[in-house]
Amino acid sequence: MKPKHQRLVLAIIAFVALIGAGFIAAAALREEASYFYTPTTLAKAQVAPGQAIRLGGMVQPGSIVRAADGVSISFTVQDRDAAQKVAYRGITPDLFVEGSGVVADGRMRPDGVFIADSLLAKHDENYVPKELADIDMTAAEHTKDTIAK
Amino acid sequence: MHRFANPARFLRIAKPLTPALFWPGLVLMLGACAWGILATPTERLMGDTVKIIFVHVPSAWLGMGGWIGIAIASLVQLVWRHPLAGVAARAIAVPGATFAAICLATGSIWGRPTWGTWWVWDGRLTSMLVLFFLYLGYIALANASSEKGDTSRVAAVFGVIGAVNIPIINRSVIWWESQHQKASITLGGSSIDEAYLIPLFVSVAGFSLLFAALVLMRMRAALAEMRIEARMRRMAEA
Repeated sequence: MKPKHQRLVLAIIAFVALIGAGFIAAAALREEASYFYTPTTLAKAQVAPGQAIRLGGMVQPGSIVRAADGVSISFTVQDRDAAQKVAYRGITPDLFVEGSGVVADGRMRPDGVFIADSLLAKHDENYVPKELADIDMTAAEHTKDTIAK
Repeated sequence: MHRFANPARFLRIAKPLTPALFWPGLVLMLGACAWGILATPTERLMGDTVKIIFVHVPSAWLGMGGWIGIAIASLVQLVWRHPLAGVAARAIAVPGATFAAICLATGSIWGRPTWGTWWVWDGRLTSMLVLFFLYLGYIALANASSEKGDTSRVAAVFGVIGAVNIPIINRSVIWWESQHQKASITLGGSSIDEAYLIPLFVSVAGFSLLFAALVLMRMRAALAEMRIEARMRRMAEA
């Protein structure tokens, strides 16, 4: 074996080993990062009340209720199979509209309501011009306009 | 591959190639940005904020593509001892780091109005920040040598190892479901409307040509410096 080939084989072995190590580490991290829940995984998981978790999903159309004090709101986060009631006090991001994605940090209250400390609006991978949006996002757009008014 | 090992032959090709990449790249980049900012419709939820995509996505691509380039060049340097590979890897580092930084900055500016935050410790954002730090580490390591033209093997090893981060960035939105949305453009197609997609591709092409021109410029400058040093050494010895 020529020295050049020896070096190539060594480099390939080292590279493959490193990629493998990276994937193993990432897989371990993936378990660690599982404090992120969707309504479906939250319903299955045994999360103790008061434990800090993160909840993500879609804001159920028609579920946003703003309290008389102007800063308290409650709404329902849903995914395809489950829904979760959420209560929040504070200013909501601009993209927080019914039908759009949301990520909330907070904890479960013993009565099963999720208390959000912070709300982040989530954007999906679709980029659609406003004039074409009527097809599937009518609800969100309508709500946004109503809120703007 | 060793046909271009002769720096003189490389320079003969690189010299006319630099402006041939630079000017079309500049025109495409500026044209795509103007098109994207002035002539694309507002997005259904993000409004005009969406237009930052025409800088953010090309920067992300070049930040990651730059390191892939460093890794390939470093591997070629380590295995085949190609004399220009180390020069190429070093030439990529600073532009690559710059685009990684632009990607982080534009992403942050985009995140404030759309997500409601400048920064979250999300898988995608964090791994991209790690890439930026890897660039800084690589630049420091490559410049640690006292001789300007020296292409040390330590930096090359670091360049190959650092490539582990690239698939992690790519897969981050799938492994860790969180704030950053999933990939819009995949092998299967695109979920970006054509109104944005076409100027985006033009922008990516323009930024990429500019990047290639910058790398060639830096390689030529590095080779010129090596020649100066060699000549000075000869004069000192004479």
